[in-house]
Amino acid sequence: MTALRERLQKVNPLWWQLGLLLVAILLPLPLGDYHRSVLWRTGLYIILGLSLNIIVGYAGLFQLGHAAFYALGAYTTALLNLYLGVPILLTLPVAILVGAVFGYLLTRPILHLRGDYLCIVTIAFGEVVRLALVNNIFGITGGANGLSGIDRLVLFGFVLRKPIYHYYLVLFFLVFTIFAVRRLENSRLGRAWMYVREDEVAAEAMGIDTVRVKLLAFIIGSGWAALAGSLYAAKITVVSPDQAKFLESVIMFCIVVLGGTGSIPGVFVGTLGMVTLPELSRALKDWRDAWLGLAMVVMMIARPEGLWPSRRIRMEIRAAKEEASIAPAAGN
Amino acid sequence: MQFLQQLINGITIGAFYALVALGYTMVYGVLKLINFAHGDLFMWGAYLGLTGLTVALAALGYATPWAILPVVVFVMVSVAIMGVLVERIAYRPLRSAGRLAPVISALGVAFILESLARNIYGASWKTYPEGLTPSGGLILPGGVRVSLMQLVVLIVSFLLMAGLYLFVHRTRIGTAMRAVSLDHDVSRLMGIDVDRVIMIVFLIGPGLGGVAGMIVALYYGSFDFTLGWIFGLKAFIAAILGGIGNIPGAMLGGMLLGIIETLGAGYMSPQWKDVIAYLILILILIFRPTGLLGERVAEKL
Repeated sequence: MTALRERLQKVNPLWWQLGLLLVAILLPLPLGDYHRSVLWRTGLYIILGLSLNIIVGYAGLFQLGHAAFYALGAYTTALLNLYLGVPILLTLPVAILVGAVFGYLLTRPILHLRGDYLCIVTIAFGEVVRLALVNNIFGITGGANGLSGIDRLVLFGFVLRKPIYHYYLVLFFLVFTIFAVRRLENSRLGRAWMYVREDEVAAEAMGIDTVRVKLLAFIIGSGWAALAGSLYAAKITVVSPDQAKFLESVIMFCIVVLGGTGSIPGVFVGTLGMVTLPELSRALKDWRDAWLGLAMVVMMIARPEGLWPSRRIRMEIRAAKEEASIAPAAGN
Repeated sequence: MQFLQQLINGITIGAFYALVALGYTMVYGVLKLINFAHGDLFMWGAYLGLTGLTVALAALGYATPWAILPVVVFVMVSVAIMGVLVERIAYRPLRSAGRLAPVISALGVAFILESLARNIYGASWKTYPEGLTPSGGLILPGGVRVSLMQLVVLIVSFLLMAGLYLFVHRTRIGTAMRAVSLDHDVSRLMGIDVDRVIMIVFLIGPGLGGVAGMIVALYYGSFDFTLGWIFGLKAFIAAILGGIGNIPGAMLGGMLLGIIETLGAGYMSPQWKDVIAYLILILILIFRPTGLLGERVAEKL
C-alpha cells in the first residue's frame, strides 16, 4: 500500500493534471443534455468559487455578496448585446472590466472593516444591487423578469447552441482560471494576500500596502465573477435579478469555506457538494437550503478547515485550536 | 398631515424592528456573535402562532381576541426553547473557535430553520384567522388615524422593552448578563455561571422575538417564509444603527429605522424602501461602526 503510494507520488504532477483534463473532456460524451448542463453548471460554479477564493481564501476578506458581480457580468453581456448589438464574445472582456470597476467602487469605502462587519456590509451591497435590478434602474434592466432574447455566442462563425459546446467553453475558461490562480497564488501579490490574511498589522509593518493588496483581491475576484456571469448569459440567453440573490452568494461562500479555504481542489469538492449533488438529486433540491445550512453547521463544528484544505490553512487552524486548549480564550 | 400619519405608521413598524433588534443585541452583547438565526426564530413565532391560533379557535368554536393570550405564551415558550437548542447545538461547541466559525454556523442554522418552515408549512402566503384583532381606531385632531391595533402594538412593545430594561439593570441575573458581556473569564472568577447566563439570554431574546413574530403576523394579517430573512436583516440594521450590544440603542435604532423607511417610502418611492435601509447600514458602518449610542471600542491587536 505504502509502496504504491510512494510510486504514485513520484509521478510528475503534470501527468495527473493532463489525466484529469482528459477525463473532463471525455466525461460529457456518454451523457444526455440534462447531465451535460449539470456539468456545465458545475464548471461555472468552480470558476465562481475560484474567483471568490481569491477574496475569501487568499486575502481572508469575508465577501457574502459575491453574486452581485456575477449578476453584473450577466447584465453587462445582456445590455450590450440587446441594446447595442455587440457580439457576445466581445462582451466578455467588457464584463470583466465592469465587474472589476464595480469591485473597486463598492469595496473601496469598506476596506477598513473586518470579519463579521465586513460580512454584513457585503450582504447589504449584494441586496442593493439585486433590488436596483428588480426596480428596473435607469429603465433598462427589465425589472423582476430580467432580460431575455440574448444572441447566441458565435465563435469563428460557429454558433454555440448545444449544452456540450457551452460545457467546453466553460472548461476552457476553467483551465485558464486554474492556471492563472496558481500563478497568482505563488506570486508576490499572492504571498502578500496571505500575509495580510495571517496578520494584517505585521504585514503593514513589513511594508505591504494592505489597502492596495486587499483592493486588488476584490478587483480581480469581482472581475472574474463577472466573466462567469457572462458565460451564464451566453448559454441561458436570459438574465434575471435572481442571479444576485443572497442564496447564490451563500452557495459561493460555502463552496470556498466548506471545500477548504484557499485551496483549489477544495473549490472542486465544495462545488460538487453545494451545486452538483443538489442538482442531481430531486429530494436534495427541495431541501437544498437545509442541506446547505446543515453542511455549514456540521463543518464548522467538526472540520472548520474544510474538506480539502490547503496545507497552510490546516496548520493555522490546528495551531489556533492548540492555543485555545492551552489557555481558554477570553469570551470576546 | 401626511407627515404625521407616516410618522405614526413608521413608529409602529419601528416598534417591531426594536423588539427583534433586542434579540440580536443581547446575543451580540454576551457572545460577540451575529445571530443570523434570530430572524428565522422570529418567523417561527409567526408560524407557531398560526398553528396555535388555529388549534385554539377550533377548540373554542368561535373567534375571540382572548384566544390570543394562551397562544402568545405557547409561542414564547416554544421559540425560547428553540433558541436554547440552537445555542446548545450550533454555537456552544464553537465558543473558543474564533469569531467567524460561529457566524457561519449561525447562517447555517438560519437556512435550516427557513427550509424547515417552507417544507412544513408550504411556500404560499399564510393568513391569520379573522376577527381576532381589535378593529376601529381614533382620529387625532388634524385627521391623523391611529388604529386600535397600532395602539395595542405600541403599548405591548413598550411594556416588553421597559420590562427587559428593568430586568437587565435591576436584577441579579441582569447584572450577571452585563458582566458576561464585558468579560467571560473575569465573570467566571466572580462566581457567575457564564453558560447559564448565555442560556438565559437565548431564552429571553428568541422568546421576545417569537412574540414579535406573532404580533407582526397579527398586524399585517399574512406572511410567508421570507419574513424571517427580510425582517431579521432590518432588525439587525436597527441594532447596528443604535449601537450593537446596547439595549436602549436597539430600541432607538428600531424606531429610527422604522420612521426613516416609512418616510422614505412615502415621499420617495415604496420600491426603494429596502434599499434605503441597506444604505443606512452601509453608511453607518462606514462612518460610525459603533452606532449612535455605542461606545468607541479600541481595536484589539
